Amino acid sequence: MGERVVLHYFNGRGKMESIRWLLTVAEVEFDEKFLDTREEYLKLVNDGKLMFQQVPLVEIDGMKLVQTKAILNYLAEKYNMHGKDLKDRVMINMYSEGLIDLMEMIMVLPFNPDPTAKLKEIEKKAKERYFPVFEKALTGPVYLVGGKLSLADVLLVECTLMLEEKFVGILKEFSAVKSFQGRMIQIPAINRFLQPGSKRKPPPGENYAKTVIEVFQIKI
Amino acid sequence: MFQQVPLVEMDGMKLIQTKAILNYIAEKYNLHAKDPKERVMINMYSEGLTDLMEMIMILPFTPDPKPKLDNIQSKAKERYLPVYEKALTGPVYLVGGKLSLADVLLLECTLMLEEKFPDILKDFPNIKSFQGRMTQIPAISRFLQPGSKRKPPPDEKYLKNVVEVLKLKLPL
Repeated sequence: MGERVVLHYFNGRGKMESIRWLLTVAEVEFDEKFLDTREEYLKLVNDGKLMFQQVPLVEIDGMKLVQTKAILNYLAEKYNMHGKDLKDRVMINMYSEGLIDLMEMIMVLPFNPDPTAKLKEIEKKAKERYFPVFEKALTGPVYLVGGKLSLADVLLVECTLMLEEKFVGILKEFSAVKSFQGRMIQIPAINRFLQPGSKRKPPPGENYAKTVIEVFQIKI
Repeated sequence: MFQQVPLVEMDGMKLIQTKAILNYIAEKYNLHAKDPKERVMINMYSEGLTDLMEMIMILPFTPDPKPKLDNIQSKAKERYLPVYEKALTGPVYLVGGKLSLADVLLLECTLMLEEKFPDILKDFPNIKSFQGRMTQIPAISRFLQPGSKRKPPPDEKYLKNVVEVLKLKLPL
């Protein structure tokens, strides 16, 4: 099938994790090159591999793709996990954008000196703003859009698992979402991904935040 | 859907999430691409431009915009504009030889940048020419005239309005 797919990112979740999920569900093998030092990052920049000097970078089909959403859309279309028509596509995109917004709130927590207040805010938004939408969409249907597995479903599984790591009983009042999660994790590729030893990355620890701050020379 | 605006009502749907809306409109009105490789190029360019414009968009909500302004100018000149300058060396449009969402956003972005940094395109002649060509498109030319639906740069009143409606706590 040609060259391997190669992911360039930190050895952690961040913005790349959704891409790892999607590739896994599509059963596409990928290699990873981890950014551990600023030198490695600068090498990527100086080699002209990063369009906007940013990661994630995904090398696929002879291209160097950047911008998480552009990458997710490309992969979803390629592996038949996007909508069959324009109306389905916009539904998938709306759901996906919302889920990415929510996951991003959790993603930036390690860089926040006082995460407690933010955690409360995230839990509230998840329960009042986001989950009711997906609860309604999954009352009846097995998948979010068009009766078939799409990018939106993958992101919803990722998101619910991520939220349960922080707020254990958060799906208590969202039974349709909980059932959906149960169905999805039985998909063999997802099941394997959730076992130890897979390419799934753990929640970010101290080390992860330190590495990112150092590589990008971020001022907090 | 997520208690947020923008909301666009069209084709019997209530669309939210700016990028979802932009993609829908672009595809519907032939301002996107059919080929996946061209699509991803348009999307990459577009995401970069919306990132840059968002930096300007949130300035009114920042207590001390001056250092942010410096940061925006330097990111524009070092990270973003060189990409488009290169892409427009030769080609008339950014992707696939036809007008796309990416071109529209580039035009919007460059005009917005010039409002803050009048000669920012000095070292980017291809982008400047591109801007010149684009502003001659009749619909765009009309949009840039007074009285069109184009909105002015944000002022105090706009800031107050948003803060009040969304009950925002500043700084963000």
